[in-house]
Amino acid sequence: MQHKVIDRDDVVIRFAGDSGDGMQLTGSLFANMSAIYGNGLSTFPDYPAEIRAPKGTVAGVSGFQVHIANRKVNTPGDYCDMLVAMNPAALKANAKWLKRTALVLVNQDAFDDNGLKKAGFTGNPFEELGIEDRTILVVPITKLTENSLADSGLDIASVHKCKNMFTLGMACFIYNRPLEYIYNYIEGKFSKKHPEMIAPNKKVVTDGFNYAANIQAEANTYHVAPAHPEKGIYRNITGNQALAWGLIAASEKAGRPLFCGSYPITPATGILEELALHKNLGVKTMQTEDEIAGICSAIGASFAGDLAVTTTSGPGLSLKSEALGLAVMTELPLVVVDVQRAGPCTGMPTKTEQSDLNEVLYGRNGESPLVVMAAHSPADCFDRAFEAAKVALEHMVPVILLSEGFLGNGSEPWRVPSMADYPAITPRIAEGEGPFRPYERDAATMARRWAFPGMKGMEHRVGGLEKNHAGVLSNDPANHELMVRERARKVALVADSLPDLAVDGPESGDVLVVGWGGTYGHILSAVEELRQDGKTLSRAHFDYICPLPKNTEAVLSRFRKIIVCELNSGQFASYLKGQMPHLDIVSCNKVQGQTFLVRDLVEAISKEL
Amino acid sequence: MAKYTLKDFKSDQEVRWCPGCGDYAILAALQKTLPQVCEEKGIDKEKVVVVSGIGCSSRLPYYMNTYAFHSIHGRATAIATGIKVANPELSVWQASGDGDALAIGGNHFIHALRRNIDINIMLFNNRIYGMTKGQYSPTSPFGMITKTSPYGTVEAPFNPGELVLGAKGTFFARGLDNDLPLCQEIMLASSRHHGTSVMEFRTNCVIFNNGSHSEVSDKEVRADRTITLRAGEKMIFGKNRDKGLVLDGWKLKVVTIGQDGVTEDDILTHDPKADNLGLQMMLAQMNWPEYPLALGVIRDVEAPTYEDGVCAQVDRVAEKSKIHSVDALLRSGSTWEVK
Repeated sequence: MQHKVIDRDDVVIRFAGDSGDGMQLTGSLFANMSAIYGNGLSTFPDYPAEIRAPKGTVAGVSGFQVHIANRKVNTPGDYCDMLVAMNPAALKANAKWLKRTALVLVNQDAFDDNGLKKAGFTGNPFEELGIEDRTILVVPITKLTENSLADSGLDIASVHKCKNMFTLGMACFIYNRPLEYIYNYIEGKFSKKHPEMIAPNKKVVTDGFNYAANIQAEANTYHVAPAHPEKGIYRNITGNQALAWGLIAASEKAGRPLFCGSYPITPATGILEELALHKNLGVKTMQTEDEIAGICSAIGASFAGDLAVTTTSGPGLSLKSEALGLAVMTELPLVVVDVQRAGPCTGMPTKTEQSDLNEVLYGRNGESPLVVMAAHSPADCFDRAFEAAKVALEHMVPVILLSEGFLGNGSEPWRVPSMADYPAITPRIAEGEGPFRPYERDAATMARRWAFPGMKGMEHRVGGLEKNHAGVLSNDPANHELMVRERARKVALVADSLPDLAVDGPESGDVLVVGWGGTYGHILSAVEELRQDGKTLSRAHFDYICPLPKNTEAVLSRFRKIIVCELNSGQFASYLKGQMPHLDIVSCNKVQGQTFLVRDLVEAISKEL
Repeated sequence: MAKYTLKDFKSDQEVRWCPGCGDYAILAALQKTLPQVCEEKGIDKEKVVVVSGIGCSSRLPYYMNTYAFHSIHGRATAIATGIKVANPELSVWQASGDGDALAIGGNHFIHALRRNIDINIMLFNNRIYGMTKGQYSPTSPFGMITKTSPYGTVEAPFNPGELVLGAKGTFFARGLDNDLPLCQEIMLASSRHHGTSVMEFRTNCVIFNNGSHSEVSDKEVRADRTITLRAGEKMIFGKNRDKGLVLDGWKLKVVTIGQDGVTEDDILTHDPKADNLGLQMMLAQMNWPEYPLALGVIRDVEAPTYEDGVCAQVDRVAEKSKIHSVDALLRSGSTWEVK
């Protein structure tokens, strides 16, 4: 059989196994290696809800999908070209994601009677799943790893932990990846604490690579050429990391120390963890006793003059509602990050969704407006966090920044910016001499000024009770209505400092496909695919939800039909309809705790064309 | 640094508590004590912050001419914590009622104590919900008849001192609203204490729980039914200063000096600075009629504070790190260059 290297435009690989099999590490190493090689890249980890579900069960399957291409990649990919299944459960959980032409690599040693039974198979698993026509590589990965490390002196448990590196070595051969990056990683990880682990790990990944070569694992191997991105320094970044860094960047620009009060919650915890790492940049993080203390400590820090942040996910946001009202009422700068997950209530904590939109818009008592923004890709989380902080500090308003589990845990290569290219942030700090009237407003923005303890002569009182401009308690009916209107106007005027809504494609026409948040990449890919089929359609993506960009109605009115695609039951579509009832808005929704598939979007949008 | 008087801390707002409310006394004590606090700490008054939750006593910030925050129910401790961590130079005072601190805010209360953040918590304990017009609180005595317990409560109350000491709080003191000098003494001790201070002030709710503490606080009986503890002094009380506390096995016992051969030397000496949780707990638990109610500073021990820990860590990490700007952060770790 002649071995050929075939060039491919893009490839999707899914690594799946028991949650203890190290598939997240295998996937991220493969991704980072591809990023350094210069491929366009997008990843998404698919964790089980349980940290260690019963071994070998479908509930315990952990996956990591990597999409690499010779151009920029918008999504982690719908279906995979290669599936690595470390046990029968991993095969069962992921078989539905296989392309017709997919290669399946399974660990034969895990496909024993016990393993098959735990995954609920009664006969031949490939036949039961209807995938017997795929290219299936059955490899005794456990035994080969044991053989590879027979002389290593490692105990059997440690040897079995290296199975994932054998698999990674095989994948590197099939996709023509050099092993240098993996070697460097292994040396970096173990050099300080476990230098004895360097040689065995290197050996097992090399043996995996060579094994694949020797058995001619695939008749063909594949090469995905580098993309040709813009020049510069790049790094691979997850949404949670980018979001944390964007907040630190805003703190530096604004000259206000960063305080984050948060309670751990999936999938937002990564932001608190990341911020806690950067005390060297003056970041103060506080892991509070509950979600309410998270936001309240942040409000306290804001009152004291810090750039204050709290991070959470849906259920945590519910707990923070009353305190959000306090931030609205005291008109203090505050950034609240909601990394959305499937709800309601505990819902599906590890699964992505966009269903908190109504909650952030309306989930407080009284007339309680605040600013809502949404990040649209992992790297975009940096810019959006920077901007959320800028708006909060310059407009004296709480800002809710929406992210999604898909963005927070997903990653993409990011051309590292220079902070010199970012705008200044000018907090509205009080000047001159007191007495200080806390609710006196700027005519252009309606924002009040910020005076914090330590500033002489500016002593004043804020709180949850309605007050007049002087900061004195007031139950006067006319004053209440005035303050309600001024708080709303202040939020509306934020639109003056936000960019217009941009249209991708013709500025007017039959169909405008609209999205917001993390559906960006999938919608973009679907629209591009339809255009390749000769269809004419336009696309607009909302980063700003409240207030909407100023030209929103003008843009939307130029299209006969608006298709709003979102991962909920139509919350943004209703929001738009409520404000612009004359528009013909149709919804394309999915509420499965999963991202859209480009294929489904293409189909749904086609029906409206 | 300026010299202040009581007047500097009075705001121009009319005080709106009911005539006869115990909260007036605590407000007056605070306004009288703060000039001395500023002088001792060498700070200007703009570094004093008063924070409260919701309830009658939580109106206190409006009457203070300082930076002040009247927040939401139960959350004053969390907000005060954020303020102190953001700026450890501030002198932070919290006003909370028994409902605010121990019911809806109970979680924040015990966690402040665990962290030992340097805030001064004034717990106004009138054993009733006053602002909502007379429902039982977490410190209402068992069986108390209120609007929501018309047949009497069937739940045991918290003793705030037990709760503070149980959470290993580093400072606990108790005062009565009709003993202004002692309240001031307690506030000054609280200010000097580096860590979370809880001052339980037994206050009277003249409308919904009149006589909340009169069985111990009434002038005629106070000397015999309370004991004011002071560091280094013998635990002696009574109109005739002839009663004292001794240890009898594992328990405290009230004795009379001169009876059964008891002399003043046998009486215990108070030491709030000793980390003696067992004895301090027994003192905090004392209640009339078996014992006198303990007043004054019961516990005042040193322990690392949260805000010092946070700041020290920031300094230590910054000193060790090579990354001192966001540009450097963005380029740190695993990156690659496209040329």
